Amino acid sequence: MAKYGLRTIAVLYLFFLLVLPVGLIIWRTFGDGLGPFVEALTSASAVHAFQVTLTVALWAVAANTVFGVGTAVLLVRHRFPGKRLLNALIDLPMAVSPVVVGLALILVYGRFAPVGGLLESWGVQVIFSTPGMVLATVFVALPLVVRAVVPVLEELGDDQEQAAHTLGASRLQAFVRITLPGIRWALAYGVVLCLARSLGEYGAVAVVSGRLVDQTQTLTLFVEERFQNFDQPAAFAAATALALIAVITLLLTKLLRPKG
Amino acid sequence: MAIEVRDVNKSFGTTPVLRDVSIDVESGSLTALLGPSGGGKSTLLRVIAGLEQPDTGTVRISGVDATRLAPQRRNVGFVFQHYAAFKHLTVFRNVAFGLEIRKRPKDEIRKRVMELLELVHLEQMADRYPSQLSGGQRQRMALARALAVEPEVLLLDEPFGALDAQVRKELRTWLRRLHDEVHVTTVFVTHDQEEAIEVADTIVVLADGEVEQVGSPAEVYDNPANPFVMRFLGPVTEIGGSLVRPHDIEISTEPVEGGTAATVSRVVRLGFEVRVELQVEGRDAWVQVTRGFADQLALKSGDVVSVRPTPGARSLVLATV
Ligand SMILES: Nc1ncnc2c1ncn2[C@@H]1O[C@H](COP(=O)(O)OP(=O)(O)O)[C@@H](O)[C@H]1O
Ligand SMILES: [Mg+2]
Repeated sequence: MAKYGLRTIAVLYLFFLLVLPVGLIIWRTFGDGLGPFVEALTSASAVHAFQVTLTVALWAVAANTVFGVGTAVLLVRHRFPGKRLLNALIDLPMAVSPVVVGLALILVYGRFAPVGGLLESWGVQVIFSTPGMVLATVFVALPLVVRAVVPVLEELGDDQEQAAHTLGASRLQAFVRITLPGIRWALAYGVVLCLARSLGEYGAVAVVSGRLVDQTQTLTLFVEERFQNFDQPAAFAAATALALIAVITLLLTKLLRPKG
Repeated sequence: MAIEVRDVNKSFGTTPVLRDVSIDVESGSLTALLGPSGGGKSTLLRVIAGLEQPDTGTVRISGVDATRLAPQRRNVGFVFQHYAAFKHLTVFRNVAFGLEIRKRPKDEIRKRVMELLELVHLEQMADRYPSQLSGGQRQRMALARALAVEPEVLLLDEPFGALDAQVRKELRTWLRRLHDEVHVTTVFVTHDQEEAIEVADTIVVLADGEVEQVGSPAEVYDNPANPFVMRFLGPVTEIGGSLVRPHDIEISTEPVEGGTAATVSRVVRLGFEVRVELQVEGRDAWVQVTRGFADQLALKSGDVVSVRPTPGARSLVLATV
């Protein structure tokens, strides 16, 4: 009996928390057929938001992939002072609210801040522009690749890399030919997670972007702005698009996971 | 000399692992690094390969000072205890790895790899992945991979340590034959004295980071430099304050000159051999005799006999504590 009770609670919990809200969004989106959905998503602002989201996400994923693999190798294969500190810092973005991240970035890179001012004098605008949004997204998605790769790298051990060295491979050759293929599934998993997180980021980007419609508006910001302006069809359509992307990445991670 | 190691010291943290180690390995020889586990054998082998840096001392390979050379420049073949197979590459690509790094032409690589696979009897397995091979096959693949680059020296770290007894015995004999065919200077690590005696021409006994003795298997077995080596290389027993091999002891039922009185406590028949357990001066000892000899004396527990080392047999006087 207790078993059924628990099941009922679990199902109800998931229903009210997840199934009902998402289902309603999809219901509202497609309530009047496919036409309004397509129309809402092909408006100039929506298309622009898509482009901004994609640009920011791709740069952030690229940066986090390179940084993530590099840091994972550093943490697993090297000994250096401050290693534990670095290890702890990697997880910081998980604990800090994205809004705080955004504010912190403004403090450093804002027009009237020292670093930001210097960059501004060189013609590089960080805050209220793409670089700032990329920075914010990189920050919030920072641990994902590192944390996916570290355990696999540990399990892989360094025997194969050492064997490659004795066979004449340089560090780079051993990395490209031996290490990278050894961690490929974990890396792919980390990258997909990072992409999902980057596409869905709201808080930090909201702060540093300045929410300039048709300039720095990402898809998540678009949803919120349309909703505030009572353009519910557009808000729901974009929200559904985001949810669909999330579902697809979720399926991808499920495919990648068992091969870890 | 193919390898000259001079005064090498190495510590991990504050623990010294190698202490003033110096060894010479002759070109074309098959040398065993023998010693108890934790004695620093792997570390010494890794220092020779460049996978570990000595704190002090030098390593010369084929006359060239290699102490500061990166492993990829030393041209040594290394075989790891747990194979270190490249899991994502086929057997063929594993063996071809060193040649691909050296950018040899495709058909040359193909020819050389197939030759090597034949040498290690894996020609049928070329397209398999390491996960589809048995332990013994993986280790033979690792050996072919190391040989592919025609190394100056071949280093094997407990190459058969992870295999079961049967395969281990087969591969031992096979390694000896392979070495007679290929003649590459080979150093292999083992903690199994039988393996070292059976396979190597030279044995280096290493314990606690120090070289205890170097010599041919017969030398280290028959003329051990100290009680440790004597104990490590074969069975020993203590009679009259000396360490003796149990097969180097005479038993007689009559008192003999230089003999010590002993009481038989047990007679154990192990097929052809008979193990006679004794009480000598209040201590346990044992003697190994043939079955024929034991039958002749009709030994049984409680008998009083006289024992002495066979004249000419090597024994070591133990310092009295
Ligand atoms: N990378 C390492 N870090 C710390 N200690 C090590 C390392 N490698 C080996 N040791 C220590 O050095 C000693 C000798 O090890 P090793 O050379 O592997 O001995 P053997 O191969 O004779 O069993 C052991 O006590 C081992 O714990
Ligand atoms: Mg070892």
